[in-house]
Amino acid sequence: MSGYTFYWSLVWDAWPELLSGVRLTIEITCLSVLFGTLLAMPLSVARQNGRGVAGKFSAAWIEVARNTPTLFQVYMMYFGVGALGINISSFASVLIALTFNNAGYLAEIFRGGLVAVPPQQLRAARSLGMSQWQAYRTVIFPQVFSHVFPAFINQAVWALLNSSLGMLIGLRELTGAANAAQSVSFRSFEFFLVTAGIYYLLAKAIEFGSRIVFRRALRT
Amino acid sequence: MQFILADQGFHWSDAQFLLIGALHTLLVSVLAGGIGTCGGIVLGWLRHVSTGIRVVTTPYVDITRSIPLLIQLILVNSALSMSGNAFSTFWLSIIVLSSSMTVVTSEVVRGSLGSVPYAYIRAARSLGMGYFQTLFHISAPLALRTGLSAWIGLLLGLTRDTALVSVVGYVEFMKSAQILISRTNETLPLLLGVGLFYFVICYPVSRYSAHLQRGIAS
Repeated sequence: MSGYTFYWSLVWDAWPELLSGVRLTIEITCLSVLFGTLLAMPLSVARQNGRGVAGKFSAAWIEVARNTPTLFQVYMMYFGVGALGINISSFASVLIALTFNNAGYLAEIFRGGLVAVPPQQLRAARSLGMSQWQAYRTVIFPQVFSHVFPAFINQAVWALLNSSLGMLIGLRELTGAANAAQSVSFRSFEFFLVTAGIYYLLAKAIEFGSRIVFRRALRT
Repeated sequence: MQFILADQGFHWSDAQFLLIGALHTLLVSVLAGGIGTCGGIVLGWLRHVSTGIRVVTTPYVDITRSIPLLIQLILVNSALSMSGNAFSTFWLSIIVLSSSMTVVTSEVVRGSLGSVPYAYIRAARSLGMGYFQTLFHISAPLALRTGLSAWIGLLLGLTRDTALVSVVGYVEFMKSAQILISRTNETLPLLLGVGLFYFVICYPVSRYSAHLQRGIAS
C-alpha cells in the first residue's frame, strides 16, 4: 500500500446512515424469505404433482428463478416493469425480485424434502378426514422443514447477500448506504471493509438464530 | 440552426457489440470456473485430509461465503487501486470470481470425499494400494459421482454471477446490454434478451445435470 492513509473516523461519522442501511437490509431479507417460503410451499407441491396449469406454472417459475442471474431479476423488476409504465419504488422492486428468487430456490429445496416424506403419510392423513390443506400444513411440511433446514438456512444467507443488489437500483440498504456515504469522501475501501464485516455478522446471526428457532420449532 | 442527433436506434454493429459481450461472459465463466475448480479440488482435498489446514483455511472459506460478491468486487478493486499497480477489470473479475468458485467447490469436494465409506478405503489399503492409489482409483471416482451435479450447479451459479462484474466496469453481456439500453431506450426487449441469454445457457445444462443425477441414483 504505497502511501495510503486510512481514515476510519469517516466511517464512524457515517455510522447512523449505515445503521439505517442495516435495518433495511434485515427487513428485505426477512420479508423476502418469509414471502418466499409461503410461495414456495404451494409451488413445490404443484411442481411435485406435475400436471395441469399449476404444475406448468410452478415449473416455469422455478426454472426462470434458478436459471437467470438475480441481478437480471432485480433489473427486470425495476427497469423492465418501469418501461411498461408501472413505476415501483426500489424497495418494492428488490423485495419482489428477491421474493421471486427465493420462492424458486426454496420450492426446489422443499421438493427434495417432499420426496423424502413417504407418500403413505399423505394418504393416511387424508383418510383420517383431514383436508389436503390440513394434511400438508400439519403432517407433511413439518417433516419437510426438518429434512431441509440446512439448505433453508443457506438460502436465507443467500437472500441476505443478494439484498446487496439493491445498491444498483439506488436503494439505501447496507451496501447502498455505504456506497452513498463513501461517495462523499471516496474512501471506498474503509467503508466497504466495515460493510463486509457487518454482512459477516449478519450472516452468522442468521445461521445461529435460525438454528435455535428450528430446534425449538421441531422439538415437538 | 437546428441541431440533429445521430440515429439512436439499433444498428447492425450493435449485434457485434452484444456478441463480444456474450463472448466476454463465456470467457470469464470458463476461466474463473477452470481456475476455481482446480483450486477448489486442491483446497477441498487439503481440508479433507488435514485438520490443521482445515482450521487455518476456515476463516477464508467462511468469510468468502458470508460477504456479497458485489462487495468483494468493490473491495478488491479498491485494494488493487491503492496498491498502485495497473490492472484490468478483466483480471479483477477473474480474481474475485475464481476465489469465490474455489471456496464453494472446496466445500463440495470435501463433502464428497467425506461421503466415501471408510470401509472401502480400508479395503483398498489392505489390498496393498498406496494412499494416492486409493485416492485416485477408489475415493475420487466415488466422490465424483456424489459431487458432480452439485459442481455443475456451482458452475452455472458462477455463470449467473458474472453478471455482477458489470458493476466494476468490465463490459460483459449485462454491461453491453445496459450500454445499449442507455443509448436506445429499448429497455424491455434488451433486458428480456439478457434474461433469455442466461436462461439458454443455464437451463439445458441444469436439465442435463438432473438427468445425470437420476442415472447415478438408480
